[in-house]
Amino acid sequence: MNKTKSMGMYIHIPFCMTKCKYCDFLSFPCDEPTKRIYVDSLKREILAWGNIYGLGGENRNISTIFIGGGTPSYLDSNLIFEIMKCVRNNFYIDENAEITIECNPGTLNLLKLSDFKSCGINRLSIGLQSANDNELKAIGRIHSFTQFKESFLDARTAGFDNINIDLMTALPYQTLDSLSNTLDTVIELNPEHISAYSLILEEHTPLYDYINLGHANILPDENIDREMYYLTKEKLLSAGYERYEISNYSKPNYASRHNLSYWNRTDYLGVGLGASSFIDNVRYKNEENISAYLLLLDKNFDDNHDGNVSKLKREITTLNLNDSMEEFMFLGLRKESGISISEFSRSFNKDIFDVYGNVLDKYSKMNLLNINNGNIKLTAAGFDVSNTIFCDFLLD
Amino acid sequence: MSIDQSKIRNFCIIAHIDHGKSTLADRIIEKTGLLTSREMQAQVLDNMDLERERGITIKSQAIRTVYKAQDGEEYILNLIDTPGHVDFNYEVSRSLAACDGAILVVDAAQGIEAQTLANVYLALDHDLDVLPVINKIDLPSADPDRVVNEIEDVIGIEAEDAPRISAKTGLNIEEVLEQIVTKIPSPVGDPLAPLSALVFDSIYDSYKGVIVFIRIKNGTIRSGTQIKMMATGATANVVEVGYFGAGQFIPCDELSAGMVGYVTASIKNVKDTSVGDTMTDVQNPCSEPLPGYKKVNSMVYCGLYPADGSKYPDLRDALEKLQLNDASLSYEPETSIALGFGFRCGFLGLLHLEIIQERLEREYNLDLVTTAPSVIYKVYKCDDSMIELTNPSNLPDPSEIQYMEEPVVNAEIMVTSEFIGAIMELCQERRGVYLGMDYIDGTRALIKYELPLNEIIYDFFDALKSRSRGYASFDYELKGYERSELVKLDILINKEEVDALSFIVHSETAYERARKMCEKLKDEIPRHLFEIPIQAAIGSKVIARETVKAMRKDVLAKCYGGDITRKKKLLEKQKEGKKRMRQVGNVDIPQSAFMSVLKLDQD
Repeated sequence: MNKTKSMGMYIHIPFCMTKCKYCDFLSFPCDEPTKRIYVDSLKREILAWGNIYGLGGENRNISTIFIGGGTPSYLDSNLIFEIMKCVRNNFYIDENAEITIECNPGTLNLLKLSDFKSCGINRLSIGLQSANDNELKAIGRIHSFTQFKESFLDARTAGFDNINIDLMTALPYQTLDSLSNTLDTVIELNPEHISAYSLILEEHTPLYDYINLGHANILPDENIDREMYYLTKEKLLSAGYERYEISNYSKPNYASRHNLSYWNRTDYLGVGLGASSFIDNVRYKNEENISAYLLLLDKNFDDNHDGNVSKLKREITTLNLNDSMEEFMFLGLRKESGISISEFSRSFNKDIFDVYGNVLDKYSKMNLLNINNGNIKLTAAGFDVSNTIFCDFLLD
Repeated sequence: MSIDQSKIRNFCIIAHIDHGKSTLADRIIEKTGLLTSREMQAQVLDNMDLERERGITIKSQAIRTVYKAQDGEEYILNLIDTPGHVDFNYEVSRSLAACDGAILVVDAAQGIEAQTLANVYLALDHDLDVLPVINKIDLPSADPDRVVNEIEDVIGIEAEDAPRISAKTGLNIEEVLEQIVTKIPSPVGDPLAPLSALVFDSIYDSYKGVIVFIRIKNGTIRSGTQIKMMATGATANVVEVGYFGAGQFIPCDELSAGMVGYVTASIKNVKDTSVGDTMTDVQNPCSEPLPGYKKVNSMVYCGLYPADGSKYPDLRDALEKLQLNDASLSYEPETSIALGFGFRCGFLGLLHLEIIQERLEREYNLDLVTTAPSVIYKVYKCDDSMIELTNPSNLPDPSEIQYMEEPVVNAEIMVTSEFIGAIMELCQERRGVYLGMDYIDGTRALIKYELPLNEIIYDFFDALKSRSRGYASFDYELKGYERSELVKLDILINKEEVDALSFIVHSETAYERARKMCEKLKDEIPRHLFEIPIQAAIGSKVIARETVKAMRKDVLAKCYGGDITRKKKLLEKQKEGKKRMRQVGNVDIPQSAFMSVLKLDQD
């Protein structure tokens, strides 16, 4: 069998111990039996996809795996082990594959981390958000900084040499000083990768409601928010990190390959509740209702393993040429390296200036975008208002 | 088949807003058995959704019912419900022309209000017999004796026998019906004389076409009659005649002198039937048209623009249809640099404007941008010519203007004595000239002021209500034009003048208004990638300025689990929001900004 195509895999674990106050992702607390039932369903789904894209079908090369959530580390390590074993039994995993699991301090210990390592996971993404306990409390995190630090050191002890730390800026009560302190503390730990997102208030979250009940004053204002962003960038760059995407920094050669695959628009298969996939130019999302998800996998899969997983698919969109060009621009420009003009013409058989000449001209005149050496990328000022710019790449 | 004229009663119900007109109409319909109470939907006659929601009557509605009186005879009652708000006086006046008597409903707790008086005077002008009825006597605060005295003292009509009722519970409705029969005169007119019928309303029905509401003064009309509209000269063949059932049209063989009903005919153009016109028979025409009634002129103007420019023809059709049964709505095409093609529309007042705007949006599914309302200013130019200005942006250059005049109204405000001070203060703020005050009884007064119309079209009514805790009532009539120091305030956004935002103010309040307007626009206009100055200017002199700072941040957070579709939806939503705004130069202005001038006093 030839392994011409490769793809990434995203595995969604929709559970967490308690939901953070700013979180609007698909996750919720659950009991032990539910975890068991969910993992069984997940395994049936992986097996079925294996018959299409894996060893029983196209035999694609799995280049990255990302186990995300929720809090995947909220599951016992034996469940994670079962999931990984199931992937291995049904897919060819590249020898150099980047295999990440998302973790929260407060759900980790040395034993669990060693278990993760022994089932092939080679990268951790740990949610810290802030080194200030008051700020952690304000957003409903279940852990303290001390707990985080213990987990981080345990992870090193367990042998993880590729660790990401998630940070957030513009948090309630956060100041430039406290952020500076958080950054110093984290830099000292010397992780390979740091993601730094500025808090976005999402509707239907407790924090959103609280802020709108007249507590906007607890959030840093827009100017402080920007200064926080610049402070983060400045500190991390001088500590030897590279920024490779709007909010992602890494030590050289430690950019997350899984993360980059989203911006580079390569194929990935999402498994689990509500997981998104992009395969062969089609985007879709799995069923998002947990009962419906479990039921579909229960009914449609049998011991012959020939169940119809396509019944899980929701919001199926086959991208047309315009969709693809739009994505190429608004995803590609998120990267520090920007996009390649020749890659655009290779991919779409069109001259980028015929399609986007006006927009490119407008924003390069405003110094928000640079066109250089066959490459187009946002300037620092352009990154600040990237959304406004991206809107203009949507075609009518 | 002919109907005995002496067994017909044509009447309307008039009242101040909320005194119970529509409820009484419902009870009359119910008692006369047209509908069982189970079939009754509350307030049958308010059949627009908007009327039910707002609890007000906007359009006059007609209905025919049959009542068996105590004398054993059956009477045909043609009832016309009328609006109570000051803006809709013209509706009252056209209904009155079709009637021989009027029931005056007065709230037993509140007594006479400003609009009660206005409506009674209208009825007396039409030589109608007025039959007072005291409503809401079931309220704990009801004081019918006091109200009877008020009616006799203030209006000067006999009220001792006035039925004391509760339209809500149905108490004493029988007495109202008996008095309609005994006190309101039957119509006169010769069914064999040449046809003359007064058009008092018309509506457009997608199945039947134009439906004309008429009151026959003389003669008889039936299907096949060849009719002529005396004012427009249009002729047509009658397709159907009939009368008004509960929420439906009921065809009949003929309508003769004294009767109220409707006609459908081969009328092609909606403009051929104008309300107030006289309909006659081509074969046997009457010699003179009926007096009709006073045409009401628009007092408030604003620009209406489709949010989506391609909907311009739809807006024109919708206005044409609305005008058919709302003669007081006027419109003519105009263009704005900022807003494109639209219409300058004339209304009777701000409520009328709001109602039309809402009806266009709901009934015709249009998304509108409305500009700030304006009154008609008279501009006397140096060459001694005069123009009537309805759109501030058309004001000639100040060097060409000798002087300007603005409309002023005589306003009557009825209020309990504790709020007199607050109301007088409000009137002073609005450049009012105090004319006098009459005490109705120990606790209530009628305050008279002369006020510039442009000071009351914005939010005067709201201010009045809030400063009197809802107790003040208000009526006004146009007094005439007076010379005034007026200036045009232009708004510049990013150095470009936005024609649709210009408005005319008195020179003394110009600075204050300019400042507030700039502040308001600063809040309305979203941040752009660059800084946007907002300036208010009189001529070339900038008198107020604000700045919308440049946007510093617009970044999407992480893309969780590769959900690109969600990300794209967010971008699309953002782009769509931008599209819905109006572009002036390189600035996107939200549609709500064009109404900003209305909200200057709200903070």
